Amino acid sequence: MSKKAEIQYENAASMGLSEEEWHSVCSHLGRIPNLCELGIFSAMWSEHCSYKSSKKWLRTLPTEGECVIQGPGENAGVIDIGDGLAVVFKIESHNHPSFIEPYQGAATGVGGILRDVFTMGARPIALLNALRFGQIDHKKTSHLISGVTSGIGSYGNCIGIPTVGGEVEFDSSYNGNILVNAMAVGLAHNDRIFYSAASGAGNPVIYVGAKTGRDGIHGATMASAEFNNEAELKRPTVQVGDPFKGKLLMEACLELMAADAVIAIQDMGAAGLTSSSVEMAAKGRLGMEIDLDLVPTRETNMTAYEIMLSESQERMLMVIDPNQAEIAQQIFNKWDLDFMPIGKVTETDRLVLLKEGKVACDIPIAPLVDNAPEYDRPHLSSEIQIATNINDIVQKIPITEALKKLVGSEDLCSRRWIYEQYDSQVMADTIIGPGGDAALVRVYGTNKAIALTTDCTTRYVEADPYSGGKQAVAEAYRNIIAVGATPLAVTNNLNFGNPEKPEIMAQLVESVAGIKDACIQLSTPVVSGNVSLYNETEGKAIKPCPVIGMVGVMDDWEKSGTIALPSDNDIVIIGQNEKNNSGWLSNSTYAKFISKKLGGAPPLVDLNSELKTGKFILDCYHNDLINAAHDISDGGMLVALTEMMLAGNNGAEIIHPKGVDPHCWFFGENQSSYIIATTKLKEVMKRSENANIPLSYLGRSSSAQELKISNGDIISLKELQNIYETGLTKQLPQ
Amino acid sequence: MRIAIIVFPGSNCDRDMMVAVESLTGRRPALIWHKQNNLNPIDLAIIPGGFSFGDYLRCGALAAHSPIMNALHDHAARGGAILGICNGFQILTESGMLPGFLARNQELKFICKQITLSVNGATSCALTASLDHKETLQIPIAHNEGNFFADSETLNSIESNGQVVLRYTSDKYATSTNPNGSLNNIAAICSLNGKILGMMPHPERAMGKGHESADGRKLLHSIFEAIIT
Repeated sequence: MSKKAEIQYENAASMGLSEEEWHSVCSHLGRIPNLCELGIFSAMWSEHCSYKSSKKWLRTLPTEGECVIQGPGENAGVIDIGDGLAVVFKIESHNHPSFIEPYQGAATGVGGILRDVFTMGARPIALLNALRFGQIDHKKTSHLISGVTSGIGSYGNCIGIPTVGGEVEFDSSYNGNILVNAMAVGLAHNDRIFYSAASGAGNPVIYVGAKTGRDGIHGATMASAEFNNEAELKRPTVQVGDPFKGKLLMEACLELMAADAVIAIQDMGAAGLTSSSVEMAAKGRLGMEIDLDLVPTRETNMTAYEIMLSESQERMLMVIDPNQAEIAQQIFNKWDLDFMPIGKVTETDRLVLLKEGKVACDIPIAPLVDNAPEYDRPHLSSEIQIATNINDIVQKIPITEALKKLVGSEDLCSRRWIYEQYDSQVMADTIIGPGGDAALVRVYGTNKAIALTTDCTTRYVEADPYSGGKQAVAEAYRNIIAVGATPLAVTNNLNFGNPEKPEIMAQLVESVAGIKDACIQLSTPVVSGNVSLYNETEGKAIKPCPVIGMVGVMDDWEKSGTIALPSDNDIVIIGQNEKNNSGWLSNSTYAKFISKKLGGAPPLVDLNSELKTGKFILDCYHNDLINAAHDISDGGMLVALTEMMLAGNNGAEIIHPKGVDPHCWFFGENQSSYIIATTKLKEVMKRSENANIPLSYLGRSSSAQELKISNGDIISLKELQNIYETGLTKQLPQ
Repeated sequence: MRIAIIVFPGSNCDRDMMVAVESLTGRRPALIWHKQNNLNPIDLAIIPGGFSFGDYLRCGALAAHSPIMNALHDHAARGGAILGICNGFQILTESGMLPGFLARNQELKFICKQITLSVNGATSCALTASLDHKETLQIPIAHNEGNFFADSETLNSIESNGQVVLRYTSDKYATSTNPNGSLNNIAAICSLNGKILGMMPHPERAMGKGHESADGRKLLHSIFEAIIT
């Protein structure tokens, strides 16, 4: 071991450990660690790997349910979708790297989440994302959105997994700290899932994939610290993606798994070789010995510290059946990938690393995982806001003027400029791609389809974290229902500021409570997720953003819904009427863009009516009563109807009920409601009465290319389309 | 009918094409790994879309030197039919089996969307003879390098020999005419003998039932028909 034992607290502090944590490392070891050992502790105990600030609260989430095969704690969550099939999925953030270097940051975010999914034995079949950028006219936004979009596209397009959906929001709180969350979804046989727990002392530990370089060293630690104005200097900590190698690795791993040679497998993601070796050993309650001189490197003279902390992409670690080693070698030769036995599983419960014949690290594994710090950080209750007075919000402008402003706004306008840069159709199973409610992807070889969505309304979460957490789940649920699928389970990505500030910690604690309550009531357990904290720049935190990724299933994709409005249908609002649950404008998109009144209480989320209304919509689907459907969310019912008209290229003539302000009625963001188009109005009304679901008749669709409102307002589809389609490109500075 | 799909390590539309072929012929085509040196006698070789070797160099440049390409050149020399889609089209131009070059899209962005194509009435392509020249086709594109380019002499000869098969044209809303800057709106060309066809649009993504259009089926059908007869 190195005799240069001058390692002291300052070294630990520079790696992000607190003084208390430094003393804890020394006491677990019974001595002062060397640089490599300290690096391993600091990475494993980083917020990113240890979830030390959030663990206590994550444990409160519901993680079990009828469909759950594997909940949180593995590379990704696994749910059963029937007929022997399983869906494997997870969402993960790559926020800090994407701000520093948007193209590579976003690309490697996609690469990393794909590896998490195929590591479990699943073939990835879909990608989604959830993005937050600063103000649209901020000087960096154009550069960041271009880089992130082409980075996401570059990886997904090349590896050949369709990017089928996502969401984008612009807000000044993200000016110095954008959010890039990527979700991957894969398909596997439910009896062919692969896990990361090592087993069988003496079994070979194999390194596969790309070579190790000096890129991304200590990325997990960077992801666990705030930014300052020197963020650009951190560019060397951003990894570089190679989607072609990612494709080779994916195909080789899936082929190897099919050959029954894999005992355990773990992706080298955050904290690279460190986290993969430690987690495999820890889960198997075993030890591991690795000869670092055998690790394929692409640069010379790499130290033990650099090899262990590198986050070079497209690498995997696995334990294989020694009898299958030759077959495994052949498969990796076929795909021209490195395949290198670098060590073995041991019974010592220790991680032992050799370098140039000497022991470079010898540390117990348990403290790295089991004794990682866990904090119950102080949290103040968030201040509850009251609803903004309607009279302060409603503006005396024609409905059509308000509608134009909303559909042209950066929050609601078409995302076509972004999603046309993604291959949303490769694999030829995309039934509903970007631009609808949930995306819908056929399950190859069956009639099934899975519905996928990502959601979060950050201004609601900021105003009321508990209600905002609930709302994110509820909206995701509604999106899945709207295409005719049954919601099954959730993955979440909790993006917050510095948890050491009690008001930020309160946002986390309360929104997790909201997510918990919603997931319990809607029977959608949380099976995987990721936490990204310290999203702050110069001490200013982002708007809290707990993103919900939801998966649903339908048995017959030919019965799927669409948002495209057909002509000559009756248009009905389900879930609200003039007496009930309508007209909530406080903290709405209308308030943000038209009245410029920020804040105020968000709309009430009634989980019971969410569930009831959702079941009612599915019931209508099963009885062939729905020709088009769309959930009502940001912008309210008239924005939702406009999206339906533009998608279907049909117009509508609509009424508004007496006694309700038309602005409130048309732009209110009341929850748990949908617009449907039907040719069986009587049947829908009868059923809604029986089920005690509020219903309101809105009007009728026609092939006339205009929207006509009973108060005389009229606007052509062409004008709306032009405003909607050019909203983004007109506002992004060139 | 014997159809083979050539698979490079970065091909990613191989399965999609296999499904499309099977749905039209009832038979699963052979998948041929690029490291293979020879091809059993076949009626049609298909080079599917994807990123053959990552396309970090010019698209298709490395694939053009894979072992299987010698066998494909022999197949072509015997008058055999080849269909290259997207990356397959790029490989055919890189290997010299088709004229011209596919440069980066004019706007320097990847584009994935449904586009409208017209069938060149003057085409000499033997593979698409049964397509109706008066109809337009709706088929998606998905590429970063589909901007067809050739020097003026080559372009003139391509045009005068009737080698242009499909052109980008305006849709019913009169938008999205030329998505990538291709010369003369070229979306697909064929070889002089009309047996090698390269096209940027993806017919395997327009097979009806779940897809936005069924015009890809129509196009593939015409090719298979031409091979049988």
